[in-house]
Amino acid sequence: MTTTSTMTPATPGSRRIDPPAAVARTTPHSSVRETWVQTLAMAWRALKKMRRKPEQFFDVLIQPLLFTAMFAFIFGGAISGSVSDYLPVLIPGILAQTALTVCMATGVQLREDMDKGVFDRFKSLPIARIAPLAGPMIADLIRYGIASVLTLATGLAIGYRPGGGVLGSVGGIALTVFAGWSLAWIFTWLGTMARSAQSVQGISMMIMFPLTFLSNAFVPAETLPGWLEAFVKVNPVSHVVSAVRDLLNDGAVTAEVGWAVVGCAVVVAIFAPLAVRSYSRKM
Amino acid sequence: MADLNAVRADNLVKDFGDFRAVDGIDLHVRQGEIFGVLGPNGAGKTTTLRMLATLLPIDDGHAEIFGVDVRREPHRIRQLVGVTGQYASVDEDLTARENLWLFARLQGLPGSRARTIAGDLLERFGLQEAADRPLSQFSGGMRRRLDLASSLITRPPLIFLDEPTTGLDPRTRGQMWDTIRELVTDGSTILLTTQYLDEADQLADRVAVIDRGRKVAEDTPDALKSQVGDSTLQLNLADGSDTALAANVVRRLLGEDPVLTPESGRMNVPLPDPDRAADVLIGLREAGLGISSVSVAKPTLDEVFLALTGHGADDESQMEAAR
Ligand SMILES: Nc1ncnc2c1ncn2[C@@H]1O[C@H](COP(=O)(O)OP(=O)(O)OP(=O)(O)O)[C@@H](O)[C@H]1O
Ligand SMILES: [Mg+2]
Repeated sequence: MTTTSTMTPATPGSRRIDPPAAVARTTPHSSVRETWVQTLAMAWRALKKMRRKPEQFFDVLIQPLLFTAMFAFIFGGAISGSVSDYLPVLIPGILAQTALTVCMATGVQLREDMDKGVFDRFKSLPIARIAPLAGPMIADLIRYGIASVLTLATGLAIGYRPGGGVLGSVGGIALTVFAGWSLAWIFTWLGTMARSAQSVQGISMMIMFPLTFLSNAFVPAETLPGWLEAFVKVNPVSHVVSAVRDLLNDGAVTAEVGWAVVGCAVVVAIFAPLAVRSYSRKM
Repeated sequence: MADLNAVRADNLVKDFGDFRAVDGIDLHVRQGEIFGVLGPNGAGKTTTLRMLATLLPIDDGHAEIFGVDVRREPHRIRQLVGVTGQYASVDEDLTARENLWLFARLQGLPGSRARTIAGDLLERFGLQEAADRPLSQFSGGMRRRLDLASSLITRPPLIFLDEPTTGLDPRTRGQMWDTIRELVTDGSTILLTTQYLDEADQLADRVAVIDRGRKVAEDTPDALKSQVGDSTLQLNLADGSDTALAANVVRRLLGEDPVLTPESGRMNVPLPDPDRAADVLIGLREAGLGISSVSVAKPTLDEVFLALTGHGADDESQMEAAR
């Protein structure tokens, strides 16, 4: 790039601005590389905010600890006969549920953020429209990571021994993080559509509860009535949960893992463009 | 291409539902000038600027900035225009330095360059001491300066300033004016909005007056002011029923009608020259008309409006009725 003149600070006495040259330097779109740099800059902003507002991490810290222990001791005996038999079923379920909760926060926070004055500047700058949406989602990878590791650690503390070993566990966590990140695009899209952060919260709850509880996250699908079993089987969360179970408990990269990855990719392919379109329209 | 307009907007229209906020405005801003858009609350200044800055879709009409079509090539426009909105658009959760660094990175400056520019701009706008403090501790004036600094990172050839001095104290206001003049010396073109005639007078080479989404006048500040006189003599007659007689005296002495205000017995007399105030007062004394109070003032936006549109600038009730 030969844009040194635009990058000179505007102090009096420095070179005069030359409008025709500035016009000639403009580009019609952000390139892929520029988009990536912009996305990273937005991720940096999100990380700064996280560090200044650690209370954001409450859901990420509390939910894995509380839910893992609570569900294990309450449902363990009823569903699997004993706590230790239930843990291999439960831990992947909690992982998925935690990832979804973090996703939901992504949408709510984006909506809050978008109402701030600084978004006017983001819109007036020559940046790709996806950067302000994708940036915070990259920063959120950290939250998915913390939540997953904590869930697994809690499981280990109360007696869970993943059959997949270290590699299986790493694979399970990686898949959880990827699934969380993919599904977050749905909530990001909601965030760009809804009128207020509260409504995002409300709508997200309505989506999240059926997705987690009408899945095989906490109970085996076979124990459910037929119509419910049918839904549970097509629920993408079920596939993610099954895939994480295969990885954690057997260390096996099964077809379920493939389906989960494909399913997540489809979600991104649909909802990322929708979110960008709805964000660009809101101006 | 020296005669290329910085802004060429024709017949801009913006509807919010069935309310037409901007109703066919033309703006032609020449390169290197300060162009002022003057108008009262709700006139459509911000809406016009936001359309030109690609922040709002243009409903009808055509706009070009340095020959680039605003509707067709928004990404190019965003590279040419620095926007300082009416309300500070900086990140409250970051420090001043972090804000500038972020905006520089977003515009493709490498990290080290971004740091240097952030430092330079902080120094230039007198924000070094506060550079690493959270913005929540910033005063309105500091926020405004940071906002303007944020618009200058890439030295855009065109700068939009939406009411840059509203809410600033007189000293800070003067500093802001100096900064704006400096930008023009650097070769930038400025399009600013204001509610104050004296600000347009101090800064702008040309001024468009807009009212209820329409342009009602466009001229140099001097020419606009001369329509209402250099200054105004405000008179309160002791007896309201003398109004017609007093108006006759004024017409005979100055060859012009006074502007009657809604209050009984009150009138504003446009003066070509403040010295003529004495003539009017003596004339009234000779005609035996008593005066309860008198003052000489600079013409206000309200008077410019009254002269141009026949209604006051803050005539909200009339505006509501017009919807
Ligand atoms: N998003 C919106 N939806 C509906 N009406 C709007 C919207 N934005 C502005 N308006 C209306 O359009 C008109 C023009 O508004 P605008 O903000 O352009 O005025 P302005 O000249 O900038 O006024 P001010 O001096 O108060 O900033 C106002 O009557 C306002 O109520
Ligand atoms: Mg405004």
